[in-house]
Amino acid sequence: MTDSMILTDVSDIAARYPEWITADGRPGYSGYIVAADHLLEFCRMVRDDLDYDLLSMVAGVDYITENMMEVVYYVYKTTGGGALVFKVQTPRDNPVVPSIFPIYPGAELQEREIYDLFGINFEGHPDLRRIFLWEGFAGHPMRKDWKEPYYEEELKPFKSRWPQGHVYRAEDELTPLKDNVQFPAGFDPYDWEAEGEQMLYAQLRKLQNAGDEELKTDRMIVNLGPQHPSTHGVFRMAALIEGEQVVELKPVVGYLHRNHEKIGERNTWQQNMPFTDRLDYISSISNNFGYVLAVEKLMNVKPPERAEYLRVLFAELTRLSNHLMAVGFLLNDLGAYFTPALYGLEERELILDIFEIVTGSRMMCNYMRFGGVVRDLPEGSYEKIRDLAFDRLPRKIDDIDAYLTGNEIVRVRCEGIGVLTAEEAIKYSLTGPNLRASGVPYDIRRADPYSIYDRFDFDVVVRYHGDVYDRYLVRLEEMRQSIRIIQQALKAIPEGPIMTGKSAYQVRVPAGEAYGRVEGPKGELGFYVISNGKGNPYRYHVRAPSFINLHGLAPMSRGGKIADVVVNLGALDIVLGEIDR
Amino acid sequence: MSTEELNTPGMQVPPELQNQVSITTLNRIYNWSRRNSLWPMMFGLACCAIEMICAAAARYDFARFGFEVMRPSPRQADVMIVSGTVTKKMIPQIVRLYNQMPEPKYVIAMGACASGGGPFKEGYNVVSGVDKFIPVDVYIPGCPPTPQALLNGMITLQKKVDNESLKEVRWYKKGASEPIPVPVLGPDLMDPRKFGLIKEESQKMLEQQQMPGTGPAAEEAPAV
Repeated sequence: MTDSMILTDVSDIAARYPEWITADGRPGYSGYIVAADHLLEFCRMVRDDLDYDLLSMVAGVDYITENMMEVVYYVYKTTGGGALVFKVQTPRDNPVVPSIFPIYPGAELQEREIYDLFGINFEGHPDLRRIFLWEGFAGHPMRKDWKEPYYEEELKPFKSRWPQGHVYRAEDELTPLKDNVQFPAGFDPYDWEAEGEQMLYAQLRKLQNAGDEELKTDRMIVNLGPQHPSTHGVFRMAALIEGEQVVELKPVVGYLHRNHEKIGERNTWQQNMPFTDRLDYISSISNNFGYVLAVEKLMNVKPPERAEYLRVLFAELTRLSNHLMAVGFLLNDLGAYFTPALYGLEERELILDIFEIVTGSRMMCNYMRFGGVVRDLPEGSYEKIRDLAFDRLPRKIDDIDAYLTGNEIVRVRCEGIGVLTAEEAIKYSLTGPNLRASGVPYDIRRADPYSIYDRFDFDVVVRYHGDVYDRYLVRLEEMRQSIRIIQQALKAIPEGPIMTGKSAYQVRVPAGEAYGRVEGPKGELGFYVISNGKGNPYRYHVRAPSFINLHGLAPMSRGGKIADVVVNLGALDIVLGEIDR
Repeated sequence: MSTEELNTPGMQVPPELQNQVSITTLNRIYNWSRRNSLWPMMFGLACCAIEMICAAAARYDFARFGFEVMRPSPRQADVMIVSGTVTKKMIPQIVRLYNQMPEPKYVIAMGACASGGGPFKEGYNVVSGVDKFIPVDVYIPGCPPTPQALLNGMITLQKKVDNESLKEVRWYKKGASEPIPVPVLGPDLMDPRKFGLIKEESQKMLEQQQMPGTGPAAEEAPAV
């Protein structure tokens, strides 16, 4: 800094550069609006001088009536505390924003997502391709004026469905082609030349000819997935390999892109709740939690005590079931074909039983409501949870620990594999167990406590090597900490109501923006919602931990063997419903 | 099929040979052996895949019913369980996998999404049911179906296999069966069987736009 003044707060920057940074004064909004041409300078100041080192979320918003698009950034300090929010605005007809990739590499995939769905160009982005859809897809679907083929009305509930309840098939009524497709006028499919994967392979081919000159080795592009037994779903990796060694690796996603955000903006607030279940379908209650926190911030309601305890109780049970599966399937990827996974699944089934008793569904729990939870514990379920938490699960986790942790094959395959240093992990915006395995004690339950987590006594699990083995150890230990929280919650849970106010089918949410985040089992799960005061969200964006943790996959795998890529992926613990949304 | 049914083709076994010789028809013994060794493909799409894993795991264990082991390769699989939302980006691969499976092959559409689009039907990247492209034998409702529902669906498939006749099945007819044309990703998903229709409709739309005073332009995406 040429200036001697020390920056301690973002308001100092705002005060110093009033010509390109202004506070966001719209009612219900917060943060700062930065001029696009000073964005990089601003980011550098924020990261280097103010220590906001973790880029959490980048989201695009289309304000069609103001004829502009906005990119919203949330950055945090890994030492804890609240968010710094800043925004960049750009005209709708030629949306260009500088890429913040040079400062926050964790923006790479998120900027690609915005480019794909909003059509905002990010200048200086190293690899700006469509991510969820394919090259050649007509239009940018998240723009407010883009209509899907089954478009019926702007907002739900649709007049055709409510209150009369008229039922028809969308194929029969809505599109001339009797299918969920639409084409530009005058389009001739016989002339179409598919763009295919040329842009992806071009990125990899840049490095293809840089092989060893003396040995005249060949570098080869290998695709893993989307149908592959160890990619945890329809995930695909395009790897450039030299012999067995990975030179470069690109995750290819979008095979499960189910348009959560577009559907979410047509849905009413309450209708989105079951859709959040289907994001990270292994841990649905955590997803509910993030969404209700965001909307409750806007509505300014607080759930009653008992509901808070129930939320924490079930969020931690979800974390347990997720980690049991994550550990099991990591071992699957290591080649221990299904035996450890079956041990994990056995315990998970018992947790699912509790979910089924309490919420009515094994997986898609749809448990929380704005201002509470939907059902109280039925008779007998308290005892079931108590027996699990105090007796069975601690024992079983010790069993898994005894079988796996010291196992020689596990150690040889995991130690020193896929190493990410703390700096790298923060740089690539990793969160959750993956970040903590790299030695950064960042757990939102501690760093920025939500709900009633500040009342519980638990340790933030940290390991320091940043390899696959440490990621496994963090998950194992986190299960023990979750059990501690459950035990405390079971002891302290008060009697009382489970909802604030009366339950309603539809809620009105005051205008404004809010970001609710929880420490999900996979990392920071955030929901960014904008309300314009109506019954539907104007913008509904999910900050999916699996998606953003993918930034770590290539740096983990580069230089390693192709067989370790699968292990790295298992250790990242991704779920495709959340990556592709 | 119970052992009794299998062994009583309507022919009387002499009393002295009972419990030593069993008589059956070719159809019955063939279907009986096939229905008890249907191997599913290890092919998970979305949420339903997790329930499929649960159905394969210790508690529900579909190996008890002859779905012995899941094969990751389509070449070794008999049943494709389409377990999850079928997206436009994924359907070319699904059709290709289906084409790679050797006959006889069966398809189970597991859950609401695979059967008809489910909660995500209105999404722009979602195919309204896998049966738009590949033939489906059994539909299982649910979101996601419980492992019990999946088992029920699989047993239903076994009943279907029981009723097949060697004389009529497709895979003993002359000539190879036609592969399903793989969909193409264009401005939207294009089914090669419908290219003519797509062209026709797009032309119609163009004419409508060029005609003055026909109201708003067709609802189309802006050019990329």
